[in-house]
This record gives sequence, structure tokens and C-alpha cells, in this order.
Amino acid sequence: MLTKRIIPCLDVKEGRVVKGIQFVELRDAGDPVELAKFYDEQGADELVFLDISASHEGRETMVDVVRQTAASLAIPFTVGGGIRTLDDMKRILRAGADKVSVNTSALERPELIKEGSDYFGAQCIVVAIDARYSEEDGTWMVYTHGGRNKTSWKAVDWAQEAVRLGAGEILLTSMNQDGEKSGFDVNLTKAVRDAVTVPVIASGGAGNAEHFRAVLQDVDTDAALAASIFHYKETSVAEVKSYLREKGVCVR
Amino acid sequence: MKIGVIDYGMGNLFSVEQALKRLGVDVVVTADEAQLEAADALLLPGVGAFPDAMKRLAETKLDAFILAQKEANKPLLGICLGMQLLFEASEEVAPTKGLGIFTGNIERFSGVSRIPHMGWNDLQLHQTPAWLQDELPAERHVYFVHSFYAANMDDAQLVAFADYEGVQVPGIVMNGSFTGMQFHPEKSGQLGVFLLEQWLKGVAATC
Repeated sequence: MLTKRIIPCLDVKEGRVVKGIQFVELRDAGDPVELAKFYDEQGADELVFLDISASHEGRETMVDVVRQTAASLAIPFTVGGGIRTLDDMKRILRAGADKVSVNTSALERPELIKEGSDYFGAQCIVVAIDARYSEEDGTWMVYTHGGRNKTSWKAVDWAQEAVRLGAGEILLTSMNQDGEKSGFDVNLTKAVRDAVTVPVIASGGAGNAEHFRAVLQDVDTDAALAASIFHYKETSVAEVKSYLREKGVCVR
Repeated sequence: MKIGVIDYGMGNLFSVEQALKRLGVDVVVTADEAQLEAADALLLPGVGAFPDAMKRLAETKLDAFILAQKEANKPLLGICLGMQLLFEASEEVAPTKGLGIFTGNIERFSGVSRIPHMGWNDLQLHQTPAWLQDELPAERHVYFVHSFYAANMDDAQLVAFADYEGVQVPGIVMNGSFTGMQFHPEKSGQLGVFLLEQWLKGVAATC
């Protein structure tokens, strides 16, 4: 039986992991490769690296990080952030990443999804969607540029369009829930999950193991992603998985 | 020991090369037949579409080379698309003939809720492959990512499978010196490392 996946996300800037990391036992808590190994040992099913480098040099450094990670890690990982062209995808995937994730660039030029999917196969292309509930529209709307700009896309419609263009997976972040630690947005996740036929990763709002259970079991989504609760050691991947197992969720 | 990774221009060879190197073997990634011939065993990787891959193999005459290796009983491991190419035919994109070493054809999943079949699924052993010397660990999840699978295969060639919403997905197949793995052993954590290690041990025993 296919298991539900737990995916820690690491923000990487100029080749270093940023965003309050509390891993005293690590030689270098800012080293992406060491953190990747740490999560692998805890039972993470996949990893996501989000490159938040502002400069060209920073993004080049990310290619080195990808190469080192691929050389030392035996679980799949995705790289997102700053991927705007097919050439960007080629650089990251050839360095050893398994998937690339696109967000704003795909909304600006949706053909990018098709180009990547035709070239590498749908399984390599993740479309990340940042969605926020709009009272005015009565549904979740898609935002770009890290949540700064509202688009005219409804989240469900954009997810369907992305899949039509060749996305192999949707990484869905609830902007309402993000950072709140009060649980994933189950309604948003369910709406998108039911609208597409590719796997959907829920993101935004994880505060405890029960939140993972709710989105994986009640909504039956395929995977759940979190950053800060793992980084700040409020819980661990191993603890979340042991809770899920107890509740009858199929995990590795 | 030296492993020849067949480089026919499809997909990401870096991870699999690294995984083999971590296991202490020499790896040569090449399309050159003489160099591949000199290796103790071959690895056929592959990510991408079936027709493109067959076309590339035909253009480089590596298709005939691979068939000759089967005759010569050379060990070969096909991974993911590299395994699928060893079957008779595929319906991916357009009906295309494969290398025909395994009985069966490659079909798109149907009747499942999600495509691709993406993530960790547990392997169920159907028979013990000759190269498996040590006991399989209790934790049997491996990482799959594919939209097409080997259907109508010969039971005698099936080594292990995974259940995906009622579809029996061949995970490991074997015919003589040729083995195929649908999942990615190089991305399958400890168990993936174990399986690659066992396969290499089997190779070492035959050469």
C-alpha cells in the first residue's frame, strides 16, 4: 500500500539554511546537506529545498548544494525558488534533484509547466500554489511573489490548469494557516485534492502530529509538508510518524 | 568491480552513479560499447518517455548491444524506464516495441485515484532472486514514481511487486542475468542501498 509522505522543508539562502534552526547536535546547523541527512535519519520521506537567494551567485551556490545532497542522500528531494526557465530546471535536475517546483514563474508563463513536463516527464514538475481565502470571491485565490500579489486565478482552477499543462504534483500552501500552527487548511486541501488526479502535498499550519493525521486521514491527501515545527524541534518526523501509525495512517 | 552505466542520453544518471560509488564499486558512464563490454555488469537507467528512449537506443545501436549481452549472460540492471524498455512493448505516447527480454507490455495505470504512482510502497516478495543472499529487512518500502507499469507479465519472471489500489505493480523482475527494478533503489533509503548491494554481490559471485 502506498504510504502517506511527511516532508520537511528547508529555506536556503546563498547556500545556507536560514529560519531559526535549533539543532545543537549538528556540527553546522546552517549546512543544508547535514540537515538533509538529519531528516533522512529521522524517517523523512522526501525533502523540499526552497531557494530564497536574492542573487545569481546564491542560485549558483544552490546547484552545488543540490549536487552534494544528491551525492550523500538516498531519498528524493525537490528544489523550488527562482526557477524561471527550462534551463533553470535543467541545471537543478542534472545536479541531482528529483523534482523542481515552480510557483510565480508558472503563473506568469504557464507554458513553463508544459516545457518542463515534456522534457523531463510530469513526475519531475511540481507546481506550488499559495492560496488565501477571499471573502469577496467566496473561494481561495492564488497569490504570487511569496504571497504579495493576488492573481485572478481561483486555487482549484489553477491546480486543474497546472495538471492539464503537465504538473505531476501540487504543493498547496494555505496562506491563512501558514505560521499559525493551528492545523492544515483541510477544506482548501480537500477542494484541490478532489479537483485533480495528481498527488497533492498539503502545506501551511502544522502545529502537532494530530494536524498531520487530520489532513492525511480525513482529507486523504497524499503528503504533508512542514518547516518550523521540525526545525524548532517542537516535534520530530519520527514522533509524527509514530502517532500516525498508532492512528492507522499508513506511513513508512 | 566495475559497473558500466549505459548512457543513451535519457535522464539523470548522477544519483545512481553516486549510489554505486558509495557502495565502493568503479562506475563508468558511457555509450561506448567497448567500455561497457569491459565492465563486470551493466546498468540501464532512464527517466523520460518510452518512444524517445527506444529511438535513442536504436540510433546508437545500443539496442542490439543489450540483446547481445543477454545472450552472453552478462548481468544487467534496468531501473524505472530502464526496466520498462526490457519488456515487449509500451503504449506510452504511441505504441512502441521494446527490447522484448521480459514478457508483458507497459500500460498506463487506470482505475487508481492518483497518477503518477508516487511515493513509498512496500515490496511483497513473490520469489527469491538468485542474487539475494541475505535476508530481506522487515522494512520493505521503496520509492516509486511512474505513470506506466508492466502488465500481463510472466509470473515466472516476477520477483517482487507492490500493491497500488488493487493494481499489482511489478517492482522487481528477473530473466536470467537481467534484472529490472521499477522503483528507484538509489532513492529508496536503506532498503534501496541493501538491494543494490545484494545485486552487486550477486554480480561479484558470477564474475
